[in-house]
Amino acid sequence: MTVAQLIFYVIAALAVAGGLGVVLARNTVYAALFLILALLAVAGIYILLASEFLALVQVLIYAGAITVLLLFGLMLTRVDDLEESMVGAQWPLAAVASALLMGLLITTVATSDWPGDADGMITRIPFETLGQALFRQWAVPFEIASLVLLIALVGAIVLTHDEEGDVEETK
Amino acid sequence: MLALTYDVGNIWLDALLGLLAVVALMTLSTFMLIWLERKISARIQMRLGPMRVGPYGLLQTIADAVKLMGKEDLRPKTADRWVFELAPFAVFVPTFAAFVAIPFTRDWAVAFLDLGLFYVVAATGLSFVGFLMAGWASDNKYALLGGMRAAAQLISYEVPMVVTLVAVAMIAGSLNLSEIVLFQNRVPLFVWQPLGFFIFIVAALAELERQPFDIPTAESEVVGGPFIEYSGIRWSMFFLASYTGLMIYSLLGALVFLGGWEWPLGSAAGLWLQLILIFVKTSLFIAFFMWVRFALVRLRIDQLMSYCWKVLIPLAFLQVFLNGFVLVYGWPDGFLLLTSGAGLALAMYIIYRAVDTEPRKLRMVPARGGASSAQPATVDATGSE
Repeated sequence: MTVAQLIFYVIAALAVAGGLGVVLARNTVYAALFLILALLAVAGIYILLASEFLALVQVLIYAGAITVLLLFGLMLTRVDDLEESMVGAQWPLAAVASALLMGLLITTVATSDWPGDADGMITRIPFETLGQALFRQWAVPFEIASLVLLIALVGAIVLTHDEEGDVEETK
Repeated sequence: MLALTYDVGNIWLDALLGLLAVVALMTLSTFMLIWLERKISARIQMRLGPMRVGPYGLLQTIADAVKLMGKEDLRPKTADRWVFELAPFAVFVPTFAAFVAIPFTRDWAVAFLDLGLFYVVAATGLSFVGFLMAGWASDNKYALLGGMRAAAQLISYEVPMVVTLVAVAMIAGSLNLSEIVLFQNRVPLFVWQPLGFFIFIVAALAELERQPFDIPTAESEVVGGPFIEYSGIRWSMFFLASYTGLMIYSLLGALVFLGGWEWPLGSAAGLWLQLILIFVKTSLFIAFFMWVRFALVRLRIDQLMSYCWKVLIPLAFLQVFLNGFVLVYGWPDGFLLLTSGAGLALAMYIIYRAVDTEPRKLRMVPARGGASSAQPATVDATGSE
């Protein structure tokens, strides 16, 4: 076993542990913190695959920005209130559905013929090439995606924003 | 990978030595910075500052450190044990990790990364998790409020910080910190990017939670913020992390805007001259941050947020936009100074307008019942009749 393999197994174990923590933790704040662990471990796997840019984006956006929203929401709600709703009556159905999805994903990944299959060599794609592809070759899809996100953002603000001085009627 | 001036040969030993160097540097610089901050604050307030321990009180920080180590490591009974105890590490490790990518001289860095600038920003941006963990786990409403404020502030000011660094990277044509420094061979970047420089300083002050942006730990509002329940060694870890952050942002500013070790002596300068250059430039930033701390008053949280989202972020995007124009059409470098200077003038005008206007009249709304049942009173925001 090479050093790279050893590091991979450690990081992969962390990612799996984080993922299990998200699902199994009774406390939702714990679940969010485990999610950060899992996302950071995935960033570590990207670094092993020589995709530093992807890894840093993962850290900056997923671990650094998305989870803060989760934590904000969770920490300002009462944890006790959520205890009951964590396990519903339909949990066996959910388990079967999840197991089927997992099986489907694993068989798809295992049987697909990936172009440029992993042969032990890592092809480093310079970060300039990535930029060229994103902003020249695929500029229109990129712009459409950002427009959709912008609309979602504006919509969220419009839905939640009260005009200044508005007095909410008491219930 | 040149961790030190000579190659050790073994990659693991190399990494270990690099980490040791970072830890030693971090601890030493923090000790000096704490002493310096107390001395500068004392001078500004016409006091002497620490004078008793050692010559000019130089050993005062060591005495304080011994005292902090001796303190009992308290944990509130209702606190969430694991999150509470791990929170200081979650603040400490990201700032520690950011040090790894900083090139102190042309050949001295633990690691020269192609995406060094991006890496430093991403690593320091993770520390909000620790503030939120500390705030939530302490089971204290002031701690929770402080943690929320810290996270909101860090996340908000990270946006103008990243965008303005993107603008600088556009000019330098690289995200590699060494290459950005080499680009400033003749003219440092703060000349071409005065607006970016201004946004960087303001955003760095906010990211460091120093006055006038020390809202998360404001004594008169949330007592001690997220650290209220911490004591002894864990509290000192937060303290250490905050001074390390000061060091990181000052180094980053010196490298990215002031020309690092390259300007004005050029690459030919010897190792010692490079070290002196980077030391002087970093010290300039540190002294400025400390001076601002004792010269300005604290902002209110709504002022902080509106200033970030309505002024700094649009200006940072304006800077990227202007740079894009100049670069795409290949205009001479002077246009960079011209457009960015105009942007800076606009920023100053906005601040002048905000300071100059009459305080906004606050309309008091009744706590209960509709607006019709109680007469809304009009009160002057300053409190004067």
